[in-house]
Amino acid sequence: MSTEYSNKTLEKESNAAGLQIVKESEEDRLMTLSVGPQHPGSGHFRFTVKVDGDYIVHCDPDPGYVHRGEEKMCEYRNFIQNIPHLERPVIHDSNNITYSYSLAVEELTNIQVPRRGQFIRAIASELNRQVYTLYWLAIYGIFLGHSTMFMWPTGDRELFIDLLEMLTGARVTHAFNIPGGVRNDMPVGFSEKCLRQIAYFEKRLVEYENIFYNNPLMRQRTEGVGLLTKEEAIKLGVTGSVLRASNIPYDIRKAEPYDVYNEIDFKVQYMKSSDCFARAYVPFLDMKESCYIMRQLLDKIPQSGEVRAKLQPNPKGPAGESYRRVESGRGALGYYIISDGTPKPYRVKISVGSFRNMLALPYLLVGSKLADMPSIYWALNYWPVEADR
Amino acid sequence: MSQKGAPSSSDSKSNTSGKIETSNAKTETKQTVVPELEKSIVDKLVAKFGEKIKIGYIKPLRIKIEVDREDIIEVASFIKDTLLFDHAESVAGTDFPKGNYIEVVYHLGSYTREELGAHVLSLATRTGREDSSLPSLINVFKSVEYHERETFEMLGVYFEGHPRNDRFLLPEDWADIPPLRKEFRIKGR
Repeated sequence: MSTEYSNKTLEKESNAAGLQIVKESEEDRLMTLSVGPQHPGSGHFRFTVKVDGDYIVHCDPDPGYVHRGEEKMCEYRNFIQNIPHLERPVIHDSNNITYSYSLAVEELTNIQVPRRGQFIRAIASELNRQVYTLYWLAIYGIFLGHSTMFMWPTGDRELFIDLLEMLTGARVTHAFNIPGGVRNDMPVGFSEKCLRQIAYFEKRLVEYENIFYNNPLMRQRTEGVGLLTKEEAIKLGVTGSVLRASNIPYDIRKAEPYDVYNEIDFKVQYMKSSDCFARAYVPFLDMKESCYIMRQLLDKIPQSGEVRAKLQPNPKGPAGESYRRVESGRGALGYYIISDGTPKPYRVKISVGSFRNMLALPYLLVGSKLADMPSIYWALNYWPVEADR
Repeated sequence: MSQKGAPSSSDSKSNTSGKIETSNAKTETKQTVVPELEKSIVDKLVAKFGEKIKIGYIKPLRIKIEVDREDIIEVASFIKDTLLFDHAESVAGTDFPKGNYIEVVYHLGSYTREELGAHVLSLATRTGREDSSLPSLINVFKSVEYHERETFEMLGVYFEGHPRNDRFLLPEDWADIPPLRKEFRIKGR
């Protein structure tokens, strides 16, 4: 029995009975699905999608489940006290999120960082980039159903966590960068251990490529999926690996070199294909390049010297403002700090890559299949806690 | 920031031209410090808009200009189309109860012009603390969409022309004043 026929008979019968029938509207065909915040595939992030059959026709991000008011909290503490809580949004990349904060405070308070301190900062920041990217890769692997790609990066991540623990004394939340340098010097034997780990890790990267990136199933699920053209990437103002996967070679370390990065020889990693595969492969290329950067840093670091500038208690500078950026694991990470001349900042604004990349999510999801949602969502290199701040 | 913020809101309207001259004079004295590119960008803006633009500062790689709310869309369109700053990195609202205004700063960057990769142009504008509202820049820079929404809920600045001035990061049942206003205090502090 066709639906047309049944509708007609239903109409007749209901008219006879004096009833009104509500006709099915176009909207009724859509189903609304809520993804997150408890869904393990979304992190602490919720978004709703409307599906028409297999296809997503509408997407509405709803962040804020881990919003803790970092920016407000900054106004109550002085420049130094702010460091431990500012790294909470991205504990896996805590050296990068405190890096740009330190740069901005140094500009405001006019502190010079000793050269050895600058190198140690860069080393810690590159190590942290590996830790973050490996964590991200593990999650990306498991959500494409590749459990080996969850186990391997999680295991290898320990190498860098061990190194950071040796360097800073803590496994994930280091509070290592401070305005004026780093908290402590490198321990004896750190360089050798670091070089050994890098040599091992570079061999592992080849295996990653063979088992994951050259895997035909992984390629099928990511190649040609979620295209973000160069023009759209610029318009949406995305950053980091998402931007570089859309054929724009932009990296803050190259565009606006901070500390010692202008002395380091490296290439900005980018791809032209603009799909999920490119967005998944660019962080991998970054890890390779990061190994190369770390070797140079360990080679060029001055063998002795101060690692931090002598600070006054409660450092403060003249009233003014500064905006400084670094390249974190998720793209540009900027701090806009307004100081009114007191030891406490008047206003701190954190501009994070995750929040900026979130705008690409509705753009990419609408029109794609629901089954492609995990590969699109996680390829955005999105860290909900950082976006919420 | 606050040292130039407080007086200008009351007496700036009459002597805006004088202000621009002084800031131009400042850049000329600092010409050895101020790089050419930054200066040429500001010169283009001043040539086009004249008195509508107040120069906040010109530092290496950082420029800040201040405009009135009536001119912001026009200036932003010029910045995008002619100077090729193509995206917004952040939109930062700041509450200044002493000057009785809220300042909203758009940090603009460029991906299309390679030599501007390191530069950030801060486009600042102001609104009063009561009935705060500003024209939205969403039709000029699509990338401000979530940033403006965040500024709305955190500072209570209504963006005219923005499709959604509603809750974003705060809890659904938030029933207090916007938390980044200075009179909002964290409990126990």
